[in-house]
Amino acid sequence: MSLLADQLLVLVMLINLVMLGTSRLIFSIRAVAVQGVILGILPGLIHPFSFHLAGITAGIILAKGIVIPYFISNAVRKAQIRREVEPFIGYVPTLLLGAVFTALSFAFAEKLPLAPEHKDLLFVPASIATLLTGFLLLTTRRKAISQVIGYLVMENGIFVFGLLLTEAMPVMVEAGALLDLLVGIFVMGIVINHISREFSSIDTSRLQTLKEE
Amino acid sequence: MPTCNHILPRYERKGRCEAFVFFSVDPTICLLAAATLMAFSGVPGLVMNRPVWGQRIAAVFVVAASIVGEFAVISLLGGSRGATFQIDWPLPFGQALMSVDLLSTIFLLPLFLVCGCVSVYSIAYWPAREQTSAGKLTLFLGFFAAAMVMVVLARHGVLFLIAWEVMALSAYFLLTAEQQSSEVQRVGTIYLIATHTGTMALFAMFSLLRGAIGTFQFPASHSLSQAVPVASVIIITALIGFGGKAGLMPLHFWLPGAHANAPSHVSAMMSGLMLKMGVYGILRTMSFFDALPVWLGWLILLLGTWSAINGIALAAGQRDLKRLLACSSIENVGIIFIGIGLAVVGLQLHAPYLIVCGLFGAFIHIINHGLFKSLLFLGSGVLIHAAGTREIDRMGGLARRMPITSPLFLIGSLAICGLPPLNGFVGELFLYVGAITDGIIAPLPLAALVAPVLALVGGLAVITFVKIYGIIFLGAPRSVAAAHGHEATRAMTAPMVLLALGCLVAGLAPVLLVRLVTPAVAFYGNLAAPEIALVTDQVPLVPLTFANCLLIILVLVIGAAYLLRLRRLPRSLGATWGCGYPEPTARMQYTGTSFSEMVVNLLGAIVAPNRRKPILVTAIPPADARFHYTVTETVLDRILTPLFQGVGLAFSYLRRVQHGQLHIYVLYIFATLCVLMAWTH
Repeated sequence: MSLLADQLLVLVMLINLVMLGTSRLIFSIRAVAVQGVILGILPGLIHPFSFHLAGITAGIILAKGIVIPYFISNAVRKAQIRREVEPFIGYVPTLLLGAVFTALSFAFAEKLPLAPEHKDLLFVPASIATLLTGFLLLTTRRKAISQVIGYLVMENGIFVFGLLLTEAMPVMVEAGALLDLLVGIFVMGIVINHISREFSSIDTSRLQTLKEE
Repeated sequence: MPTCNHILPRYERKGRCEAFVFFSVDPTICLLAAATLMAFSGVPGLVMNRPVWGQRIAAVFVVAASIVGEFAVISLLGGSRGATFQIDWPLPFGQALMSVDLLSTIFLLPLFLVCGCVSVYSIAYWPAREQTSAGKLTLFLGFFAAAMVMVVLARHGVLFLIAWEVMALSAYFLLTAEQQSSEVQRVGTIYLIATHTGTMALFAMFSLLRGAIGTFQFPASHSLSQAVPVASVIIITALIGFGGKAGLMPLHFWLPGAHANAPSHVSAMMSGLMLKMGVYGILRTMSFFDALPVWLGWLILLLGTWSAINGIALAAGQRDLKRLLACSSIENVGIIFIGIGLAVVGLQLHAPYLIVCGLFGAFIHIINHGLFKSLLFLGSGVLIHAAGTREIDRMGGLARRMPITSPLFLIGSLAICGLPPLNGFVGELFLYVGAITDGIIAPLPLAALVAPVLALVGGLAVITFVKIYGIIFLGAPRSVAAAHGHEATRAMTAPMVLLALGCLVAGLAPVLLVRLVTPAVAFYGNLAAPEIALVTDQVPLVPLTFANCLLIILVLVIGAAYLLRLRRLPRSLGATWGCGYPEPTARMQYTGTSFSEMVVNLLGAIVAPNRRKPILVTAIPPADARFHYTVTETVLDRILTPLFQGVGLAFSYLRRVQHGQLHIYVLYIFATLCVLMAWTH
């Protein structure tokens, strides 16, 4: 089973690279939705069946795979944008950076003092790589929607790390984390709305005009 | 519970004790009741929707509290001891103790008197009918007074700091009563910075004290060895924290602006009472130690001398009435510190003569300054009401229009100059005697230098207050507002009369003042009654009383004779200060600035006047010309302001980090994360 889980984690990392390399927003959103669905399946693969687990799986697939991507694509449609233009760093350099970070996260995970049963799994490097990818998206992209996606990817990275602990994680914590994410997306949706109304664009670099002199 | 009272000699005689049998209530309870009454005095005014009555109720509360408080102080001086109370609070600092001892009486005595006077005065000076801020002012006045009582009562570091902060912050809200004015905002900010810098030093001090003795409770007096490694650091931080509040140079920079821009009755409390809280703090801190380092006495003496000379020099150059009074407060605090310095030097050298004279001088001056400085500030409020300005050079001729305020202000001015027959002389007399006699009989000639310093300060004070009284009350009015000046209502003059009476009585009967202070001196200096009597007997107090009475009688007789003679002589009417000109105007008179020009020139290094003279042309008719004169303040205007501007400029480079680019902010987090990840290896 853990072999299948590792393969899915490799897929997660590949999706990271896809998101770094693409310029089309809708494609990014779909990619993040797929990543969410994979993350939803993962707990079922590594832990024995329980109703708690089934609930978590259903909740995650619903939130990460359907609801949140739906909200974001709605926002994309309303703001009438298709592509991320003029990122701070070009697509190819970010792609290369993403590859470097993924490699580094493997090196870093090697040195972490992990429990022996987690040692051989890909969970830790995949989680760190996804986290760093989220950071990369947040720092290099200009549009607010891309940043929401970056935020989602980052959260996915944290979630992967949390998978190690799913057994010990009570439902309330799980639900709390998901709710947190959902509210975060809502708030960002509202912020995007306001940015686009105020500046008639959703370019976050324009926000610096708000800075006090 | 460590009480400090066991070493104190009992001063009361049987008869005096019996007088207080009727009021066998504990002094500490009385003081706490008084503090509570004062703290809540402003509350009825807030809940009622009739602010005028709220203010009156507050005055009744505060006056009642003052009576209760004064009674407690007198019963303490009569020999009864205050109980110690303990607050069981949920804070993790140990149990807080509150108590009162004889050192506290010196500060509580003027405190209650002035608070009562001020609360009555404020009804007419800051009437709720006209001033919307009256409710706020009344509330914070109550907090301010109660916090000062608590400062004196607290025997626990944290409780002390709480009371201290309540006091400092209420003073801020009081002095920014006219918050629309940008000048008031500026001085308010300077005050806040100064007071919190001081509080920071106090935090350090109490923490160090806690580290040294293991508890936040104040150690019993003389219980702490000087050998404690941080002893000198504790004393230095106390000197910074409390000295700043007391207005000791060079930490006085907040004082002139704050006192000048506060409402007058607030200035009276700040100058007459709040500055003394700083003095109290230093005295209390020093009392913890069994012996003090040798340099401390000289340092305090030096700082006191510096403050006295610089303070009065600054005062001499001022044009603003209240700023002048504020600068003179610095001088008076300097004199108090000269006394303390002499006493500390005496303590180190085991010279009881110096201890007694220094402590008497300091303690008497603390009480006196509370009386006459409050009187003068209340008087300045009356003058501001009458003339509508604080500029001395725009007043003039007010003696004729204000027949009550004028003699009261004169009494205050004479007292502050330290001239007999008023109370200011008594305190300085002790300092003179201590400095000169000890300089002669003991091998300590350096202390004798205090005498010429005091003489210099006294001389400058006379010049300053001749200027202020002469320019304001004599001559012809210099502005329309001054010409229409009017006497204040009784609610304003009555408190001033009470304070002036206090000055007069204390001056005419110095023995009374000495008896009030003796228990505190004995307690603080750890001296027995005969030792004190040995010294006080050498100070010519009884002859002074006779001389004072004689002086007053002489003045009255000569004055009456002069008036009688004046009536018989033929009169001619003419303009004052005519000087032989056919058409004199009021602007030909001496102004305050011209009167003090010579002194200001002599003291140019300290006062640093900024004059812009007009270019005079001989063309006829001459064009309009302007003469501009300001007195700059060395520490604030020449050192601190440029320093803070420089620091602000330096930090503006740091603002480049704060550029508003969201992505880069995220990058900061990212970079931190990477650094942390790299660090783990």
